Amino acid sequence: MRAAMNTKRNLVTAALVAPAAAWLFVFLVLPFVAMLVFAFGERAPEGGYQAAFTFAQFANLPTRATAFWNTLLLAPAGALLCLVVAYPTAYHLAVKANPRYRLILVSLVVVPFWTSLLVRTYAWMYILGSRGIPNLLAMVGIEDVRLLNTPGAVLLGIVYGYLPLMIMPIYVSLEKLDRRLLEASADLGAKPVSTFFGVTLPLSLPGVMTGVALVTILLLGEYLIPQLLGGGKVFFIGNALVDLFLQSRNWPFGSAIAVTLVAVVVVVLMVAMRIAWRVAGTRQVDLV
Amino acid sequence: MTKSHRENAPITADRLTDELMRLKRGSVTRRHFLGVTGLGLATAVLARQPGLFNSTAFAEDLGTQMSIATWPNYHDPATFEAFKAATGVAVEVNVFGSNEEMLAKLQAGGTGWDLFVPTNYTISTYAKLGLIDELDLSKLPNYDPSTENPRFTNEGIIDGKTYAVPKNWGTTGIAVNSDKIKKPVTSWKDFFEVAITEADGRAMVHDYQLTTIGNALVSLGYSFNSIKPEELAKAEEVLLKVKPHLYAINSDYQPAMRATDAWMTMCWTNDGAQLNRDMPEIQFVLGKDGGEIWSDFYAIPKSAANKPAGYALLNYLMTPENAVKEHVANGAPTTDSRVLKLLPAEVTSNKIVYPDEAALTPLEFGAAVTLTDPGRAELMARFKAA
Repeated sequence: MRAAMNTKRNLVTAALVAPAAAWLFVFLVLPFVAMLVFAFGERAPEGGYQAAFTFAQFANLPTRATAFWNTLLLAPAGALLCLVVAYPTAYHLAVKANPRYRLILVSLVVVPFWTSLLVRTYAWMYILGSRGIPNLLAMVGIEDVRLLNTPGAVLLGIVYGYLPLMIMPIYVSLEKLDRRLLEASADLGAKPVSTFFGVTLPLSLPGVMTGVALVTILLLGEYLIPQLLGGGKVFFIGNALVDLFLQSRNWPFGSAIAVTLVAVVVVVLMVAMRIAWRVAGTRQVDLV
Repeated sequence: MTKSHRENAPITADRLTDELMRLKRGSVTRRHFLGVTGLGLATAVLARQPGLFNSTAFAEDLGTQMSIATWPNYHDPATFEAFKAATGVAVEVNVFGSNEEMLAKLQAGGTGWDLFVPTNYTISTYAKLGLIDELDLSKLPNYDPSTENPRFTNEGIIDGKTYAVPKNWGTTGIAVNSDKIKKPVTSWKDFFEVAITEADGRAMVHDYQLTTIGNALVSLGYSFNSIKPEELAKAEEVLLKVKPHLYAINSDYQPAMRATDAWMTMCWTNDGAQLNRDMPEIQFVLGKDGGEIWSDFYAIPKSAANKPAGYALLNYLMTPENAVKEHVANGAPTTDSRVLKLLPAEVTSNKIVYPDEAALTPLEFGAAVTLTDPGRAELMARFKAA
């Protein structure tokens, strides 16, 4: 009887998991295996892949050190900059804003997401291009300012593009915040600033962690924003990959870089999350 | 006839250009443009006259959609509108910045292109890799090999088989905004010097190995087509030195030049003619130390989904009357003497479009080997990632 129930339960579980598992197998596991195989191969004479077993592609990795370095530097930097802009916004939405308007304000954060990132990034090309802000600056006598195709423009595009992904998790964690804790803190004589740093901030850390991780991971694979706002010069590893597959047709080297990127991302994130959760954990323990 | 006299009256060349510019600026609709210029009516009439628009392709079902892979700013949008009005086939236009990018897409498969625009030096490789078919010339009655200039068209024919027919020829020169840059730029050597001095932060190179590496080689006195490792290494030094000073690495440089975000760029004839036409301060010069002369072709991928429509559009574009309109709009010189005869004098006398023979002498046609050479491919990717 119990065995039969167990079998039934297992079948239900299997049925529930099957679509996602099949999806991941076909679109994640198989491509990853193909990539691994390619990474040890050779570029065919006219481009593409030909079977071989060589470490040559991995030996060539240092030629893309700049792109790796840019990515590993700009992705967390972009995420932190997002955080700096997002936290006050999320705090205002969750804590300060009139609850009657909260839904409208939250929608305002989400609505731009309905337009493609490509279109919104193109808009920035015009705002930052000579006929945009530099033109306005020229009217007040500041000539020949160049904003487009600079690292600053890339960072701006990143913050703009990924801001909602940072605001939402922080907003959610702040909204769940038990107001009685804030009152208790005030009753016990804490000033608003120390209440914020002693109570609000630590309790919203899970949201912060989620936001930072989400944005960092997405940024590590970023291609579009550096391409459009960086003029193809401020180079992420994503751009280097696109070139190897779509221009120089060096599939094995492209695969080797992709495999390395995945490995680096996994390691960096594991270390970062471990440190982050430890910090968050101790702070919460302190409180209790 | 319910159409008014005004609508049926032939349009002057000036007025056509005016209306075209209005269309481009978006101040009139395409429908207005086709109506007022008579193009809509003309194509509608043409479509019904088998003598004028005779094509066996039209006996077949053309479907309602096709796709072409081409280069930025390389066609008159009105051409595709007129083709759609005549055949009912909507043309989806994909633009690319390099032949390598087109080849990569075709090698990967599943492009969906029914027609594409490869450059002279790539055709032998496409044929060798089996990515394009020999063209069925019976479906292209408007193409006439006897009126084509063989200097520009011979690379479309391999072992007597026609794999591609010519679109137009052109050169790769330098576009300079003379309002911003005072030092004369007359060679690729000048280009790379000015790019790190007077045009610091304002110069563009193509996202294209052939021209970007080729012109760097030329600036050093080497052949545009060199694949010698030691010469490529020198060219890489030039490129890495200039990279921090560049505005962008992009083959679609017209928007940046028009907005004066960029002041100097590697530039193809047709873009040079368009830029100079609209902004006379932008000049187009050929490197006196060398550079590229090229011809672009139309070819049909083996994997094309709608070959009848591909042939129909190709035949449409080969019609001298249509080719003239394309020429006037995009400014690339023709290979076809029938088209040359129909061109207005201001086009044929334009030195950007039809330069003196002497200016062409130092230029080289791209060589097939540069397309597949791993050294050049990797150099370009490395330069961009540096």
